[in-house]
Amino acid sequence: MSWRRVLRRASWDRERLEEIDSYLAIETDENIARGMSDSEARASARRKLGNSTLIREEIYRMNTIAIVETLGRDVRHVLRMLRHNPTFAVVALLTLAIGIGGNTAVFSVVNSVLLKPLPYPKAEELVAVAHTAPGFSGLSSIYGDLRLSASMFVTYSEHNRAFQALGVWSTATMSVTGLAEPEQIRAVLVSDGILRALDVPPIMGRWLSQADHTPGSPATVMLSYGYWQRRFGADRSVVGRKITVDSRLREIVGVMPQAFRVVNTDSDLFVPLSFERSRLILPGFSYQSIARLKPGVTIAKAEADIARLVPVWMNSWPMLGGIDPRVYERARIAPAIRPLKKEVVGNAADILWVLMGTIGIVMVIAAANVANLMLVRTEARQQELAVRAALGAGWGRLVRELLLESLVLGVIGGALGLGLAHAGLRFLVAAGPGRLPRLNEIALDGWALGFTVAVSLLSGLMCGLIPAFKYAGPSISMALRSAGRALSHSRDRHRARNVLVVAQVALALVLLVSAGLMIRTFQALAKVDAGFTEANQLQVMRISIPGLLVREPERVARMQNEIVDKVAAIPGVSSVAFTSGMPMEGFATNWDAITVEGKTCTEAEIPPMRVFKSISPRLFQTAGTRLIAGRDFNWTDLYGRRPVVMISENLARELWSSPSAAIGRRIATCLPKAPLREVIGVVQDVHDNGVHEPSPAIVYWPSFGESSYIPGEVDVARTVTFAIRSHLAGSDGFLQQLNQAVWSVNASLPVASVRTMQDVYDQSQSRTSFTLVMLGIAGTVALVLGVIGLYGVISYVVSQRRREIGIRLALGAQHGELERMFVRYGLSLAGIGVAIGLAAAAGLTRLMSSLLFGISPLDPLTYVAVPVVLVAAAVLASYLPARRAALVDPVDALKAE
Amino acid sequence: MLVLQTLVLGPAHGHTIAHAIERGSEDVLQIEHGSLYPALHRLENRGWIASFWGTSENNRKAKYYRLTPVGRKQLLAQTTRWEQLVRAIGRILKPAVE
Repeated sequence: MSWRRVLRRASWDRERLEEIDSYLAIETDENIARGMSDSEARASARRKLGNSTLIREEIYRMNTIAIVETLGRDVRHVLRMLRHNPTFAVVALLTLAIGIGGNTAVFSVVNSVLLKPLPYPKAEELVAVAHTAPGFSGLSSIYGDLRLSASMFVTYSEHNRAFQALGVWSTATMSVTGLAEPEQIRAVLVSDGILRALDVPPIMGRWLSQADHTPGSPATVMLSYGYWQRRFGADRSVVGRKITVDSRLREIVGVMPQAFRVVNTDSDLFVPLSFERSRLILPGFSYQSIARLKPGVTIAKAEADIARLVPVWMNSWPMLGGIDPRVYERARIAPAIRPLKKEVVGNAADILWVLMGTIGIVMVIAAANVANLMLVRTEARQQELAVRAALGAGWGRLVRELLLESLVLGVIGGALGLGLAHAGLRFLVAAGPGRLPRLNEIALDGWALGFTVAVSLLSGLMCGLIPAFKYAGPSISMALRSAGRALSHSRDRHRARNVLVVAQVALALVLLVSAGLMIRTFQALAKVDAGFTEANQLQVMRISIPGLLVREPERVARMQNEIVDKVAAIPGVSSVAFTSGMPMEGFATNWDAITVEGKTCTEAEIPPMRVFKSISPRLFQTAGTRLIAGRDFNWTDLYGRRPVVMISENLARELWSSPSAAIGRRIATCLPKAPLREVIGVVQDVHDNGVHEPSPAIVYWPSFGESSYIPGEVDVARTVTFAIRSHLAGSDGFLQQLNQAVWSVNASLPVASVRTMQDVYDQSQSRTSFTLVMLGIAGTVALVLGVIGLYGVISYVVSQRRREIGIRLALGAQHGELERMFVRYGLSLAGIGVAIGLAAAAGLTRLMSSLLFGISPLDPLTYVAVPVVLVAAAVLASYLPARRAALVDPVDALKAE
Repeated sequence: MLVLQTLVLGPAHGHTIAHAIERGSEDVLQIEHGSLYPALHRLENRGWIASFWGTSENNRKAKYYRLTPVGRKQLLAQTTRWEQLVRAIGRILKPAVE
């Protein structure tokens, strides 16, 4: 039987009809010829033919596929039923669509971010190489683990046996001049081996070759696809041209494809790193590393290989300035190799799984609600079903019909959900946490579609199975009797619905507790004094003065000073300063150890690492950071190269137990001849890595002055963030004025990362606020659905027990008493749900402890407040139908049947 | 098979076929002429006969059927099988004659 025939049967039927007509005509003609009368002839012809409809039906059936036919009929029947019941259909479909849509959207994200392999060939072979260094106290508080130094890279890449290719990389902001306006761009600095490890061919030109990474060879660069499009209008003759990067002329040798990124980093240029062997030393652990494992080599084997190379490295290179290199033995450096995917995804996995769990719970609640609706409908049709069963409709047929109804709902809901998911995904990507990895790869793909279909069918099945087995079951004859007026309703009939409501309440509680915990986290974070004030009136922008543009450090300082003066002259600006990095900006910070006067670093252990910042005068005043003791830098300190320094309060307390005691003490970096500097001021602690992270100990060096490492040399911070306090911060006109002010000092200075501190702050909080919003939405939806479910059950029970209520009232029951009876019923359901939900929440919220701040996953306030809210909602949901019950007129109720 | 046999002589329309069968069987096979049409449809689906619209002897529009080469082969095969069957039944029913 072919589909073609099924589809053509209608036209065939028409043709057959014509043929039969033609038979009748011919036969009639002949009969007339035999001498019959006109009508007699026609009747006789018909007799001879037989039943023409039967004939057509037989032929029609010949061309049908039985199952498809009945299924089609049943589906049409279901659709008709749904059309007749628009309220039910709309409510059920919307509920399912929201549930399925949300799930599809979040699944797409989870799938794109966590499940799909990275967009490199054979991505499973790629690993990130780093180290743990438990003996290196202080270091882990800044980066988590020890990265590679340049000398490590050379040793590892020359002696390893585990990798096909190994390279190191880091990011930098560089300025490109000579194209249009001077522009600050994001560059990825790559060593030899990175491109080979990632193995993505360029769309044009060639990779950076080994020669490009050799010191002294002609300078080269590769473009990213985006930069090529943006700056060169996708000009295909771009390879071979030269551009000026940080005042150095570089030849463009190739363009990478659109989707190519080094791990997570969007970049404009790929700039080769070259290391001069004779100048390499042991430290400088600032490079991230990517390697491609040889086939068959496991991570454990690779770690063993690198562990073998750590001592080789230690013996191969000199230490900085004569410090005993054996300090690294005490640091207990050991390799920590992870799949690159883990490095890319990072802690986004936590938040995404919490989100997936949340949205999954919403789906279950939605399905439970629809199941409840279906139960009501089926119960109303119970007698019809019973009669049909009694007339011989098979059990299977009734189940099939009920299941089909819910499946149709599921499928339509799924289709609507897909539309919602599409919209929701845009919202997610737009509102998503600022640094959600692989954001550009998120899409509704085949997997997501498959997931949607599966969820639709599953939820359809789930909603349908409960009523199907409850009412189409073999005991259907019971229904005929119990639906009559002789018997009162057995409590047993409500069991399924009660269970559903209890489950809904419990799940809603879990979500609300999670949302409550996030709200409390947010509150706790908002209370934290970040170390700066009125962030929305604090404009920041980043300016770099490369050495090839201005060589002498003092001229750099003068130029920065001039920018400060010009910007301060803009009307509405109250204060201007600059620093090597504002808090939470996320630019790579410097850090190193310091020592106090009278001690040296080589004794005993290496002192802890401190964050180093280089700042201008008035920074703290501009940012709103409180000065605890002493005084701020002034320009005379800077230009006079005075040996002064400022420190954070926690560092002062750690070293000298009080801020005021720190004033006048002297500190230095850990080099033997490093000049001592006097502490002239102590400032409030700043949450440099975001409010949810503890404040690090910070040493503030003047942005210009004698080098803190080598006596007699002069040092200047060339790349700094300017902070501008003004009520105009963020407005377009103000930004124009800022650019003008900077360019009036030097027209080839690009201005980058222009934003307000509020943006910076919000971005550092985005993970928390995103989770809060999502959990808030999910919790609200869950609460509403749960309350609707409860309301539905109570009102249904009330309507079923009208007769009983009537009798009670007739016998003198008080209205209040009746109301209380139903409210008690609702409360007992809610109570059980709350109890189960509390237990579940206590277990589940532990999973989100990494997202919490300042509160325990068992925060008492949340665990008290949420059940109170839920129970209050439950009282309301049961009181409304209960009041209706009490208003029943006994006469009406008894007459009604 | 009877239909196919009728069509050996040339194309015919439904009415002719019905009467031909009735007459050919000397009115032993009295069938409702209507039941012929499902049979024709089935044969057409199998590709044994083909159809076209034509005009009948008394100028009426009628659908004509003709035997296809496949149908001809089928007729031959089936006739052979039928005759074998008839002979076999015959031998069983009248064994004593021999």
